[in-house]
Amino acid sequence: MVLAVLVIARTRNLFSVIVLTGVYSFLMATVLVALDAVDVAMTEAAVGAGVSTVLLLGALHLCKAEEAKPAHRPWIPLALSMATALLLIYGSLGLPEFSDPDAPIHQHVTPRYLKNEIEVPNVVTAVLASFRSYDTLGETTVVFTAGAGIIALLRRRKTPKNERDKHAE
Amino acid sequence: MAHFMYIATVFLMVAGLYIVMARGNLIKKLIGLSILQTSVYLLYIAPGKLLGGTAPILAPQYTVYSNPLPHVLILTAIVVGVATLALGLAITVRIREAYGTIEEDEIIAIEIELLKKADKLS
Repeated sequence: MVLAVLVIARTRNLFSVIVLTGVYSFLMATVLVALDAVDVAMTEAAVGAGVSTVLLLGALHLCKAEEAKPAHRPWIPLALSMATALLLIYGSLGLPEFSDPDAPIHQHVTPRYLKNEIEVPNVVTAVLASFRSYDTLGETTVVFTAGAGIIALLRRRKTPKNERDKHAE
Repeated sequence: MAHFMYIATVFLMVAGLYIVMARGNLIKKLIGLSILQTSVYLLYIAPGKLLGGTAPILAPQYTVYSNPLPHVLILTAIVVGVATLALGLAITVRIREAYGTIEEDEIIAIEIELLKKADKLS
């Protein structure tokens, strides 16, 4: 996975970058299965590796497939990223140990979710659709807004010529 | 092993951040953004894992389950991430139609040219 990310950062042919992003998504899905998050892994494989790749390829079809050479050496972003990484690793030292059953994440609301109150055996579905259904409502609102925005952006305008000529002048 | 997961997460996060900052191509920037996003999935899901636990689908023969709450949150995040990616790509296509390029440097150069022209006219 690390290798895929490094190649993505270095390659300038956008087509291979997009295919590599799909590979990266599948690797991420595998890691998620190993971490017991089967629902998330399924969504990541379908949406991250499938739909995203199709969207990116569609956009690439309308744009140029080759990235320009960077004009200057990227020292400032590199230094900033390194500083952020060090800060984040320093912060992560204060987090609980991996797979510690006494960690706060396993103590707060999860025991109640696992008691099977609404008699749906898949707890993820139960939490998504019942305990936290307002979150799901918010999610659908966001998706709807994004869809409306895309339609508004990509719809052919009625008087495109005159508008664009005015801007060109 | 203890903090390995966090370090891997931080590496992916920073790699995404670096791509967003250092690369001028708008599609590449969006890919960097989605890498940053996937690192957040790991950041949420990894603490919910219990060694010896199983996926949170209830069955009488298991007693230890991994935490289902981060899974739900990340399911939402994946779908929202694709929605924002699609919106960003739509904006990129529009920018390409208006400027003829999706390289940040070239767009800025065109903008400066236009400003100079406007100054001369006024």
